[in-house]
Amino acid sequence: MRQWLQEEYDVIVVGAGPAGSTAARECAKRGLKTLVLEKRQEVGVPKRCGEGLGEGWCRIAGITPDPKWARYEMHGAVLWSPSGKKVVIPTPTKGWIIERRVFDKWLAEKAVMAGARMITKARVIGVIKEEDTVKGVIVETPDGDFEVMAKIVIAADGVDSKTAKYAGLNTVNPATEIDSGYQYEMVGLKIPEPTDMIHLYFGWDVAPRGYVWIFPKGPDHANVGIGIGGHIDKGTAKEYLDRFIESHPEIFENAGIVEVNAGGIPVGAPLKKPYANGLLVIGDAAHMVNPIHGGGIGTGMEAGILAAEIAEKAVRSGNVSEDVLKEFAEKWYEKRGNQLLQVLKVRKFFEDLTDQDMEKLADILDDKQLLLDFADGRRTAAFLKFLAKAPRIALKAAKHLK
Amino acid sequence: MTKGVFIDKTKCMYCGGCTAVCPVNALELKETYIEWDPEKCIYCGACERFCPAGAIKVVRE
Ligand SMILES: Cc1cc2nc3c(=O)[nH]c(=O)nc-3n(C[C@H](O)[C@H](O)[C@H](O)COP(=O)(O)OP(=O)(O)OC[C@H]3O[C@@H](n4cnc5c(N)ncnc54)[C@H](O)[C@@H]3O)c2cc1C
Repeated sequence: MRQWLQEEYDVIVVGAGPAGSTAARECAKRGLKTLVLEKRQEVGVPKRCGEGLGEGWCRIAGITPDPKWARYEMHGAVLWSPSGKKVVIPTPTKGWIIERRVFDKWLAEKAVMAGARMITKARVIGVIKEEDTVKGVIVETPDGDFEVMAKIVIAADGVDSKTAKYAGLNTVNPATEIDSGYQYEMVGLKIPEPTDMIHLYFGWDVAPRGYVWIFPKGPDHANVGIGIGGHIDKGTAKEYLDRFIESHPEIFENAGIVEVNAGGIPVGAPLKKPYANGLLVIGDAAHMVNPIHGGGIGTGMEAGILAAEIAEKAVRSGNVSEDVLKEFAEKWYEKRGNQLLQVLKVRKFFEDLTDQDMEKLADILDDKQLLLDFADGRRTAAFLKFLAKAPRIALKAAKHLK
Repeated sequence: MTKGVFIDKTKCMYCGGCTAVCPVNALELKETYIEWDPEKCIYCGACERFCPAGAIKVVRE
C-alpha cells in the first residue's frame, strides 16, 4: 500500500460510494491509472440509505442486478395521506430494495477488477494546489500521511465532502436544502399490503417537509425511515420517526430493530459548477440527488460514468483546466441536471401544501401515472391542467412552477 | 455550561450530516467521532437544528 501512495496517477477518486466506484471503474476501463481513497474501514458500512433503486438506473449505470444485492423486488408505491387515505400507484417498471453493504462492495470490486487501485482507512485531508490547479491530495493513512499526485482528482466523497471545499468550491448545504434522515432496519413487522411496493407517509405532524418510508426488504423485513427538513426545530428526525412507530402498533408491535442509520440528504440544487482546474465533483458531494425523494445512488453512478469520459478527454489532451472540464457540467445538466432543477420546483410546490391540500389531492387523483411523471419533472402542463379541480392547490402550483 | 459545541456520543450516529450544513467547515466526521474546530465555529446552530439524532448542543456563552 505504501508503494501505491508513492506513485503518480491519472485519476484519484476520493470516496468509494456508488459514484466513486463507478467513476473509478470507468476510468480504469478507459486505461487511466486510477487510485481510489476511502476513509471508512469498510466500504459501504454503515449504510446511510433507504436502499431503493429502480431498474432504469442499473441500465444507465451499466450494471446487471445481482441477487447478491438486489434483495426484494418493488412494483410501485403506496402514498398515505395524513388521515390514512391510501393511494396505490403501480409502476410499469420495477425496482429493488438493495443491500447497500453488499452493493457498494460489489461496485468497488468491479472497479478493482477493471484495474483501479483502492484502499480503505485512507482519509483525504487536503488537496495539493499549484497555480490554482488541483494536482493531487494529501491522505492520512495508518502508514502515515502522503502527498499523492494525479492529473485529475474526482471528489466523490459524499454528503460530508471536504475535497471540493479544500479546492475552494462552496459545497455547503443550506439547512432548508438538506433533509435530516433517520432510519431503523426492522424485522418481524407487518408491512401493509401490497408488500411489493414502497410505502410513503405524508403529513406535517408525520414528517415536516418530508415523509416516512417503509421500504420492504422481504415480506416482514424493511427499512423504516424518515426525512424531514434540515431546518425544522420542532423535533429531531429520530423523535418524529419514533412517534410514527409508536402510533402504528398494527405494523410495528412485534418488530425488532437490527440496524439504525442516519444521514443528510441533499435535496436542493446541484452545484452549478461541479469542477475546478484539475477537479471534478460528483454524487452527493455535488448535491446530485433527486430533490423529491432524495434518491442519489442512480444519479451518482450516472455522473461517475460521465466524469470518467471527461477525465479521459482531459488527461489525453494534457489539458485539465476548467475550459476542458466544464464540458462535464454542460453534459451533466443536459442529461440530468436540468431535469433535477425542474424536480426541485416540484419539491417546493409539494412543501407548500397543507395537510388539507394533501387530502384533497388524494381524493381527486385519478391519473396516477401523471403524478409520477410530474414528480419526475415532466408533464407539468398536464398536471397544472388536472389541478383545475382544486383551485387552491392550483394557485400554489402556479406560484412554484411558472 | 461553558461555551462550545457538545456532541453526545451516545446519540451521535456519525452520519456526517452536520458537516454538510456547517457554513464554515468547523466540523469533520472521523467515522468514530465528530471533530469540532472552535477556531472556525461561528455558533450559528445549523448543526444542532439539523442533527437527526438530537446529539448536538451549541452553547453560546
Ligand atoms: C436516510 C437516507 C436514506 C436514503 N435513501 C435512499 C434511497 O432509498 N435510494 C437512493 O437512491 N438514495 C438514497 N439516499 C441517498 C444515497 O444514500 C446517496 O445519494 C448515495 O449514497 C450517494 O452516493 P455517493 O457515492 O455520492 O456518496 P456516498 O455513498 O456517501 O459515498 C461517499 C464515500 O466517500 C467517503 N469519504 C468521505 N470523505 C472522505 C475523505 N475525506 N477521504 C476519503 N473518503 C471519504 C465516505 O466514507 C463514503 O464512503 C438516502 C440517504 C439517506 C441519508
